[in-house]
Amino acid sequence: MDFLIHNFWELTVTGLTLGSIYALIALGYTLVYGVLRLINFAHSEVFMVGTFAALLTLTQVFGLPSGSLSISTISAIGYIIAAGVAAMIASGATAMALERVAYRPLRRRGAPTLVFLISAIGASLALSELFAVWRGRNQESFPDLVNPVTLFNLGDAEVTNEQVLIIVSAVVMMVALDQFIRRSRLGRGVRAVAQDPDTAALMGVNKDRVIALTFLLGGLMAGVAAVLYGLRIGTTVYNVGFILGVKAFTAAVLGGIGNLRGALVGGLLLGLVENYGSAIIGTQWKDVVAYVALIVILMFRPTGILGESLGRARV
Amino acid sequence: MRRGYLRGFAVIAGAATLILSACGGEEKTTTGGGGKKCDLALGFFGALTGDAANLGINIKNGAKLKIDQYNQAHPDCKVTLKLFDSEGSPDKAPALATQAINDQSVIGIIGPAFSGESNATGDAFNEAGLTTISASATNPTLTQQGWKTFHRVLGNDASQGPAAGKYIKDTLKATKVFVIDDASDYGKGLADEVTKVAGNAAGKDTVQQKQTDFSATVAKVKSSGADAVFYGGYYQEAGLLVKQLREAAVKATFVAGDGVKDQGFITAAGAKAAEGAIVTCPCNPPEKVSGTFFEDYKKANNGAEPATYGAEAYDAATIFLAGIDAGKTSRSDMLDFVNSYDAPGITKQLKFDSTGEIEKANVVVWSYIVKSGKIVADQEIKQ
Repeated sequence: MDFLIHNFWELTVTGLTLGSIYALIALGYTLVYGVLRLINFAHSEVFMVGTFAALLTLTQVFGLPSGSLSISTISAIGYIIAAGVAAMIASGATAMALERVAYRPLRRRGAPTLVFLISAIGASLALSELFAVWRGRNQESFPDLVNPVTLFNLGDAEVTNEQVLIIVSAVVMMVALDQFIRRSRLGRGVRAVAQDPDTAALMGVNKDRVIALTFLLGGLMAGVAAVLYGLRIGTTVYNVGFILGVKAFTAAVLGGIGNLRGALVGGLLLGLVENYGSAIIGTQWKDVVAYVALIVILMFRPTGILGESLGRARV
Repeated sequence: MRRGYLRGFAVIAGAATLILSACGGEEKTTTGGGGKKCDLALGFFGALTGDAANLGINIKNGAKLKIDQYNQAHPDCKVTLKLFDSEGSPDKAPALATQAINDQSVIGIIGPAFSGESNATGDAFNEAGLTTISASATNPTLTQQGWKTFHRVLGNDASQGPAAGKYIKDTLKATKVFVIDDASDYGKGLADEVTKVAGNAAGKDTVQQKQTDFSATVAKVKSSGADAVFYGGYYQEAGLLVKQLREAAVKATFVAGDGVKDQGFITAAGAKAAEGAIVTCPCNPPEKVSGTFFEDYKKANNGAEPATYGAEAYDAATIFLAGIDAGKTSRSDMLDFVNSYDAPGITKQLKFDSTGEIEKANVVVWSYIVKSGKIVADQEIKQ
């Protein structure tokens, strides 16, 4: 407890950093659930594909060596944006392809929900094994684009440029997505299908296109998460998505699955709870603490902190 | 449409079967030789795929080199190496052990590679009377289970741990040591041994395998002001941990055990963060073992240099092959032969005590240091 008090700010900042990555991935689960009432368990692999796209863009396309670099800030930013765009394209395309191959044929035939689940798990395993065979089963490391420099002090914590970059870009992406869903025409289509797919179709909304768009949006967010993960952790491997996927799904449920803002709240909260829990009782209890927190919250708010809202009618 | 799917499925299933059977098949060359039993095989048991596959592959290559040399000398009576890929997982190992036991041609096992899987399979091998010689499992309790068949050709963590502790205390002269383990049989066992010698004045923590973010642990180390950090665990987590420690400007010397002695550690950490890290290992630097092993290995593996445990695996294979050469063709004869073996190997004098440990006086522990992206031999830690 003493330790938590003395290191409160440091644990908060690092927890928020990891939480932002959880939150970005959680968006993918939440969007698809909101529209289709389907848990896309292959979303962890959408993220994994993004990490490899970012890594290969940096090492193969730009020919950067893995490990430490000495490059100017401007070119570092350029590289990060390029890697980000590549990861977003790759993750977005993977998510749409998944929808096309693993879900759409089932939906057309009116398959029961359980079948979607099996299809999702199958697609997830197939993708991760595909990368295991292609890239091998060893970790591969990213070039160190950001050299952590302390920007300012928050209480006793030194906040680095890397942490600021991750938290700010995650929040900006989420606000942008939230506004897109709220304000744009396409976003209105997404909300309409989430609320009542059949009525939406009668009103002229192209359901298949909206669903594809939902997967695409989730994929894009996973792509951003992939680059940020690459900056923070610095390595990737074929099964990198597994644990993160489970955590992100937890974050989505914690915040209220189907609710975009809930994903943000859930992700950040999960990152914090894990860190505080590790500090108070020991790192090996980190997951126990996180899931106990989840259960306690669900006991009092069964629909999550902010509740399910993507499909709820708004006046 | 439906028929099309079915056919596609059949093709995929067929291809999968082919691939699987191709994986299972090994170059088996059985030739009848005058009176001798010539369809014998040695089993390799360890991870060839999975997170810690590098260590398993080193072991397989070391053993394979010895077997190939033996087969060249005995073209009329060849020995095959059968591969049992456990992925290093204690959950998958028992089924594989049964498979190895039921294969009557397998007369000895080189492995199991890791402590967890050794623990999970020891009873089965012991009941079947199938001799195992591990080139890498170092948990001290493995030889205290009463298994007659378990042997290892290297010192255990009870010798590595104190040596690592001694290095931290005497060579690094560290007084505030922070000890971290990954809760595995191996990592915790080693960390406990180090703690006994070097203490954990700065504190201790336990992390999880497959964890990638260590911010809470890093915060603990940082606020403790430790001057040395010992990590008991494997290279993937160790690499990320040391990277995150250095990013948080923790200057403490990073010390770890043999599970970290792999290039994958530097890949994960980056050369800059890994620089100066110390790795202890009850294994000899392959370039410093006796004989022509280093050159032979390079020749057999397209110029790749032998890595951790390659030489120990070579020694393990040497013992079994000497047994086969001496006409020990049943599992019980082989067990007796291995128990009474006493001859110099390339890493050390190979002689087991009654529990299957290398005799204490012959155990060798080395420290290695990371220098510009490579793990190089530092010094032998004399006990």
